[in-house]
Amino acid sequence: MLNGVFEWEKPLIELEKKIEELRRFTKEEGIDFSAEIATLESRAENLRHDIYSRLTPWQKVMIARHPRRPTCLDYIELIFDDFFELHGDRTIRDDPAMVGGIALLEGRPVTVIGPQKGKDTKDNIARNFGLPHPEGYRKALRLMRQAEKFRRPIISLIDVVGAYPGIEAEQRGQGVVIAENIRQMSFLKVPIICVVTGEGGSGGALAIGVGDRILMLENAWYSVCSPEMCAQILWKDTKKAEEAAESLCLTAQDLLAWKVIDEIIPEPPGGAHRNHETVAMTLKEALLRHLQELEAQGADELVAKRIDRYRQIGVVW
Amino acid sequence: MLSVFWGKQKYVTIKPREPSSGPVADGLWTRCPSCSSLLYTKELTKNLSVCDRCSHHFRMSAWDRVLHLLDADSFQEIDQDLEGGNPLGFSGYEQKLAKSREKTGLTEACLTGEGRLSGHQLVFGAIDFGFIGGTMGTVVGEKVCRAFEYALTKRLPVVMVSAGGGGARMHEGILSLMQMAKTSQAVERHSQAGLLYICVLTDPTMGGIYASFASLADIILAEPQALIGFAGPRVVEETIRQKLPSGFQRAEFALNNGMVDAIIERKELRKVLARLLLYHDRGGRQLC
Repeated sequence: MLNGVFEWEKPLIELEKKIEELRRFTKEEGIDFSAEIATLESRAENLRHDIYSRLTPWQKVMIARHPRRPTCLDYIELIFDDFFELHGDRTIRDDPAMVGGIALLEGRPVTVIGPQKGKDTKDNIARNFGLPHPEGYRKALRLMRQAEKFRRPIISLIDVVGAYPGIEAEQRGQGVVIAENIRQMSFLKVPIICVVTGEGGSGGALAIGVGDRILMLENAWYSVCSPEMCAQILWKDTKKAEEAAESLCLTAQDLLAWKVIDEIIPEPPGGAHRNHETVAMTLKEALLRHLQELEAQGADELVAKRIDRYRQIGVVW
Repeated sequence: MLSVFWGKQKYVTIKPREPSSGPVADGLWTRCPSCSSLLYTKELTKNLSVCDRCSHHFRMSAWDRVLHLLDADSFQEIDQDLEGGNPLGFSGYEQKLAKSREKTGLTEACLTGEGRLSGHQLVFGAIDFGFIGGTMGTVVGEKVCRAFEYALTKRLPVVMVSAGGGGARMHEGILSLMQMAKTSQAVERHSQAGLLYICVLTDPTMGGIYASFASLADIILAEPQALIGFAGPRVVEETIRQKLPSGFQRAEFALNNGMVDAIIERKELRKVLARLLLYHDRGGRQLC
């Protein structure tokens, strides 16, 4: 990838640049290139369809990791009217790799949580590349319990390659907090909508991923672990990640077929990084629609259906 | 006749010694991976697969756990016919399943059933490390779930012996991950009915199994030196690019960090479980 452009989309990007140039030329020099522009645009349209409708699972993984892909805080900024961030797990510290707080969605208060990746190297180091420690998950759980107390719906924006694998993380019980989050989220008496916006890797994603509706962006991936980790565990070779991505069936389309997710949120051609606003507005519409459906249900009905949903996954006999 | 052998090979090649950390051999003798002593396999089995020199706890099969912990002939297996397929079409998975079935005699990595431990009726489950590293796919998730549901209907306590090496099973992708949610919910519903669940963490209990039903017990016991954690030690080492401290993610490390209630030697395990079951017995038996 060079300057945020993938190898496989280079011909398209060059064509788009050419069209842009012709447009500028038309404007600056007053020469009419509209016929040429129209031809090029139709060619670009075909090319766009050609390239983006045939993305391999590995290409999707790459798009999901694009450095300019919207992060949790970007979505919060674009979708909600207001956001007040709440910090800390009340035990050890505040984990900057996980953000959360109260936001207004079309005027109604909701609790939003999600792992936060950095915007640049410095930010990424501060945010531990969006890999939460146990205290990050504990903070998320604290905010979700608070949401239940005040009957606020919960929106979880998931973009995490996995829970942080480090010495302190293990000391503070990474496995235990993930199990605890999964258990408690399963029984919270408020609507929970989870959206896999980028990466959804392993227990680190599921620890904030149990809900009544699971939505997934078109180019996001979600699986038992990252393709690299899978390749490492099965074949002791991270270079086989592309092969692992093929085998894991980790795309939104696969997960919809398995009924693990409920809906795919379309992205602009090329990926969410090419137009943050468009994808945020599509997501907002979906959130409002699902929230309306969920809020019509009683709390007990909500929990019963949630449990039943997971009970059915993997029953194949 | 003997002349056939003469004039042939002059030297006898002696194979280098098996590496001392090698797997448990099926033969007459077994080398202890911890102290390298050669142990007479029959004696080792009699000693509950614990080295009598250094007390290293070898891994035990699920059936050996049943034989060790439950009262003789009291165990009735449930859901023994549950067999999964290859939902993702993961290449080589069927062969792997077939090989594991042949090796362990089990249909899947988890054995569940009803039995008695020192007279206490209970639901018992054990994970077998020999079956694809004791990993949890859809069948293991379903069996664990059904075991808790069975215990809930019959109002029985549950004892699980978990040794899920790799945690969630890669070959079933997202479906394996979802078993973490499914089993955690089954544990919680059993718990909400006021019923007891004890989990014994054995070597190794990692990843998706540790981060779901194995961590959610009322009482968590561990065998000495068992590897317990979320991320595998190799992954941690590669991430932080430092050598790991000795004893990292061992049962003693988990105890010091507050993740388990007690470390129990295998020879004491049955007695301890019986004692804990007695404390929670609602049959109105007098505690002395």
